Amino acid sequence: MARAVTNQRKSINTLIAWAIGFLIFFPILWTILTSFKTEAEAIASPPSFLFFHWNLDAYHEVQERSNYFLHFWNSVVISLGSTLVGLAIAIPAAWSMAFVPAKRTKDVLMWMLSTKMLPPVGVLIPIYLIFRDTGLLDTRIGLVIVMTLINLPIIIWMLFTYFREIPGEILEAARMDGATLRDEIIHVLTPMAVPGIASTLLLNVILSWNEAFWTLNLTAAKAAPLTAFIASYSSPEGLFYAKLSAASTMAIAPILILGWFSQKQLVRGLTFGAVK
Amino acid sequence: MTLRAQALWGACAIAALSTAAAAETTITIATVNNGDMVRMQGLSDEFTKAHPDIKLEWVTLEENILRQRVTTDIATKGGQYDVMTIGTYEVPIWAKQNWLAPLTDVPADYDVDDLLPSIRSALSVDGTLYAAPFYGESAMVMYRKDLADKAGVTIPDQPKWDDIMAAAKAMTDKGNEIYGICLRGKPGWGENMAFITAMANSYGARWFDMDWKAQFDSPEWKAALDDYLSMMNEYGPPGASSNGFNENLSLFQTGKCGMWIDATVAGSFVTDPDNSTVADSVAFAQFPTKGDLENHGNWLWAWSLAIPATTDAPDAAKTFVTWATSKAYTELVAEKDGWRAAPPGTRTSLYENPDYQAAAPFAEMTLKSMNAATPDHPSVQETPYTGGQFVAIPEFQGIGTAVGQQFSAALAGQVTADQALSSAQSLTDREMKRAGYPK
Repeated sequence: MARAVTNQRKSINTLIAWAIGFLIFFPILWTILTSFKTEAEAIASPPSFLFFHWNLDAYHEVQERSNYFLHFWNSVVISLGSTLVGLAIAIPAAWSMAFVPAKRTKDVLMWMLSTKMLPPVGVLIPIYLIFRDTGLLDTRIGLVIVMTLINLPIIIWMLFTYFREIPGEILEAARMDGATLRDEIIHVLTPMAVPGIASTLLLNVILSWNEAFWTLNLTAAKAAPLTAFIASYSSPEGLFYAKLSAASTMAIAPILILGWFSQKQLVRGLTFGAVK
Repeated sequence: MTLRAQALWGACAIAALSTAAAAETTITIATVNNGDMVRMQGLSDEFTKAHPDIKLEWVTLEENILRQRVTTDIATKGGQYDVMTIGTYEVPIWAKQNWLAPLTDVPADYDVDDLLPSIRSALSVDGTLYAAPFYGESAMVMYRKDLADKAGVTIPDQPKWDDIMAAAKAMTDKGNEIYGICLRGKPGWGENMAFITAMANSYGARWFDMDWKAQFDSPEWKAALDDYLSMMNEYGPPGASSNGFNENLSLFQTGKCGMWIDATVAGSFVTDPDNSTVADSVAFAQFPTKGDLENHGNWLWAWSLAIPATTDAPDAAKTFVTWATSKAYTELVAEKDGWRAAPPGTRTSLYENPDYQAAAPFAEMTLKSMNAATPDHPSVQETPYTGGQFVAIPEFQGIGTAVGQQFSAALAGQVTADQALSSAQSLTDREMKRAGYPK
């Protein structure tokens, strides 16, 4: 039975939750507000919160100087491409680990996770050389490959935990009815794990979208995604806060909108199962 | 038309298009997002109009990301860029590695002899130029004439550190949020260490003795750091340990600093009436000296355009580099945006131009500061290295930043000056030993 919660308690909790939520959101809000200021207002001290000369100058300048859509398209291709390729590899891998574990499955899982513990800069030069020799530098395909490999451990881990929640008996029943392995994964397992797969997909799109080490270091002019677009608006000598904020707002807007519309899926996926 | 014929025509069209594309050379230019470079990108239409066979692709990045990016590319011979924007720190190191294409056979009207001698020598190895300076800077004192008058102090054109300290004290009015002096405190080899190294040079200190032994235990370093810390603690703005160029620029522009000692390029920012509330009352002086020493810190930097040896379009790259750093480019900027906006600190002719002198109140002091810089002799003491506000060895980025963190911590009050100096001494010696010095 649920505990009785007084109305007063409820409203205090709500207030605290809103306050924490606002605190977390504040930097993003500040970025958005700054993007509508002039450069002089952006550095004014004390800063003005709402009462400044609202204008779109920073957006105009960013639009004029950069090819936003090229970077946006690169981001879409890289994040979606790497997530889809990753899922295609991870679904069978997670299936085998969840339903037919071998003696060393646990070690394999741990080993995969351990690859995430290496600082990426440690392998920058070898990967750069491989990319140079295979002609993959500054190509979208190259980045899709790297992002797939980087996020694969997370995708497999997430799917593995979702799959483990699904009773093996259902799959056995499908097998009794004559389903092949392929049918079993595509027609039985996948539909049941849709919330889990969807949240894995969303989370990985977001991770790839925001990844700013490899996407900056392996690209130049052609395949550079939105992270490079943002990095081009910081300046060591000169004022840049309004333009940088405008560029950041434009870069995070698509993913913010995607996150907003898919938040139900995300929350459902992340809390999927009885023990989470 | 049959499908096959259509396909054939289509293939012909594609072939024709790709032949046209092949006649065009594309060069990729890596640069930083400083105002002068942004202007260059804007004006590059004029270049492509004059050279329709050359297409330009721009990669603009934040300074530290750019440095990491181009260093990785050039060290691995990645060949992603045809023109790189680098500084006086990288040029000699990279040129000695044969990573850069020498800038020989430049067009006659380029007038190499017009380049400021100090900049030209900083970008040359054994008399050969390896990069073309786009804009250059030294360091100088920028101060508020109105505040100085009000406080009853005068700052001479060639001040001593004692003058600066006295003026900082007189101008400070913390109740009204006016701080006598603003200096860099943010850790980094190109941030606080640029300033502190220049200051230490002027105090007669050096980073290394002739056996490459660190010198932070010397009395000169102690005196320089003590004065830096006491000035900043007593007359500096709060939270100075996180202030870099831009933070101090905004403090100065909003009228919160009496003096600011930093790169000469700031002269055009602080006198810009659109962004600076104190534009009318700024005056300039040379980088201070200590006692009888005649060392003005030797700060010298030039953002320069270099061509990596790996480029597959050396001629097109050279055409662009000599265009962007030519006298004609300066005139183009003046025509479009006025003389004040001309890229400073590279050519003697600019400083002889009466239009520029009239439009840029900081011109005279900028030239004086740049001419006073002798990066070949950073300190009055003998040094095994060259460089002004940095030490021109590859290891300096790492060591400089680590030492900068110690000094920034001292400014924040986390450690004492003596602790910071002794940590700097031991970490520098350790890293230098690891790197195999003396070589």
